[in-house]
Amino acid sequence: MGMTALEKIFARASGAKSVAPGDLVVVNVDTVVMLDSSFFPSVRREVVKVHDPRKVAVIYDHFVPAPDEKAAAAQAYGRAFARRFGIERFHDVGPDQGISHAVVADHGYALPGSVLVCSDSHTCASGAFNCAARGIGAPDMIYALTTGQTWFQLGGTVRYDLSGRLRAGVSAKDVFLHLAGTYGDHANCNIEFGGPALADLGIGARRTLAAMGAELSAEFVTFEPDQALIDYVKARNPAPFEPQYPDAEARYLDRRRVDLGAIEPLVARPDSVIRNSVAVGAVAGQRIDQAFIGSCANGSLDDLAEAARIVAGRKVARGVRFLVTPGSQRVYAAALKAGHVQTLTEAGAVVTAATCGACFGGHMGVLGPNEVCITASTRNFKGRMGAASARIFMASPATVAASAIAGSIVHPGEFAGGRA
Amino acid sequence: MIAGRVWKFGDDINTDLMLPGSVLYASEEEQKRAVFAANRPGWVDQVKPGDVLVGGRNFGMGSSRPAARSLRNLGLACVLAESINGLFFRNAVNFGLIALACPGVHAACEEGDRLELAIADWRASNARTGVALAVTPIPEALLKLMTGGGIYPHLEQRGLILPR
Ligand code: SF4
Repeated sequence: MGMTALEKIFARASGAKSVAPGDLVVVNVDTVVMLDSSFFPSVRREVVKVHDPRKVAVIYDHFVPAPDEKAAAAQAYGRAFARRFGIERFHDVGPDQGISHAVVADHGYALPGSVLVCSDSHTCASGAFNCAARGIGAPDMIYALTTGQTWFQLGGTVRYDLSGRLRAGVSAKDVFLHLAGTYGDHANCNIEFGGPALADLGIGARRTLAAMGAELSAEFVTFEPDQALIDYVKARNPAPFEPQYPDAEARYLDRRRVDLGAIEPLVARPDSVIRNSVAVGAVAGQRIDQAFIGSCANGSLDDLAEAARIVAGRKVARGVRFLVTPGSQRVYAAALKAGHVQTLTEAGAVVTAATCGACFGGHMGVLGPNEVCITASTRNFKGRMGAASARIFMASPATVAASAIAGSIVHPGEFAGGRA
Repeated sequence: MIAGRVWKFGDDINTDLMLPGSVLYASEEEQKRAVFAANRPGWVDQVKPGDVLVGGRNFGMGSSRPAARSLRNLGLACVLAESINGLFFRNAVNFGLIALACPGVHAACEEGDRLELAIADWRASNARTGVALAVTPIPEALLKLMTGGGIYPHLEQRGLILPR
């Protein structure tokens, strides 16, 4: 029987000839990613033994640099933990700091065909690399860390065949908003992306789509591998890997064709992204207090470049706070070199250090009561970025940047082409 | 057999509502006090140990945060929903919160009803109306963890983590 790319990864990882939806599979885990949040007293347990320290990476991202004493204490505990168990892939505050999923991408930790777990729900971002990556809970993570294994209850898969080319000013975030608006959630099932449009979709765009799979409640997101992906990983990690291609006769719950050329800039209204997307025009003119670009979904160099292109030679509207957070310090350095940081800063944006920060209302950009934010990040749940009374609209980096300039939500076409 | 008073919630109840970011790294006691503060303030003072939470579709959507632990700490006897989010389900298994899918449960009960759950038969019934529903079975190994206090006791027994 034919298998999807994900099913083939699990067959390999569990030592079975084949696996199918409904199976409970126990797999060997190739990579366990721990975060600073893994080391808070309410989350951590005193670990006696680590199964294989070479398979572990510790990446500080939620609270970096430490905004308070509690975070500082948790990070000190984690440093001692990494030392004690000899974990070499340790990303502390510094040049290799960043949001875990972005750091994993920068360093090619998510090998095609492998299994990766991390105690963060957007771990599916690494599905862009043809990696069976998913967010797990802290207890699952401690289990994987100490035993080298975990379990998955396998669901069916929805396949998206992407064709056509994105129009100018439209990005992967709009594709996500289109899928969330049209098809709703994908709870208890997996998503596989493939099709001819992949050739035009950069790794950054694929990572946006994969990360946002968490917001569709997908269990796993997998991209079909291609040469661009294989080259990207090889350039960053010398370890061998075996990408997994879906079988031609793979069985899917549904197979959906999406013409990227037909997608327009969209905005999700506050509190949910599920069937909550509207054309920008429907909310245009909505006054904003804050505009944010960042997170594991929209902190790539492409995202910063797009924002810089739109604000070049313009000024952020009075009364609007425009925050831009690169996904990693590597992205920050690349954006600095390309001139994007200067362009953004001159326009009045605040470019922060790489962190989860504002995305989850943790620090550096928390919303106050009744404030309105337009965000290119992952979530617009009630209270997500601070006060429960704050309203969070979600859009692409282009739409967010344009809105920061206008002072209210606008179509990115208003500022197309920038002003040299 | 589990039986308890029903509290009813809708579709897509997310983990940020159960465990808001503001108390993400606070003590379990503080986290427990913050459950549903944004969507149903005051509920934590009304819910009693042994009560049953009935949810809609995709209950527990959202993040990996230990929201299931907060519901367990409130003493809920179980959560029955139209469907349970996959990541929330993992946390429910691991923290020992009984959380199962029971299609039709949302329409079949009103708040304040008494709901009975017989896990051995994979059956739930509304004591007021007599309506009985099938509960979606889960693998035996996971059910054992879920009803037996979760994953940590096992890891302690195997000497992989220290007891708290
Ligand atoms: S950037 Fe946001 S969504 Fe991504 S890992 Fe951090 S908190 Fe989670």
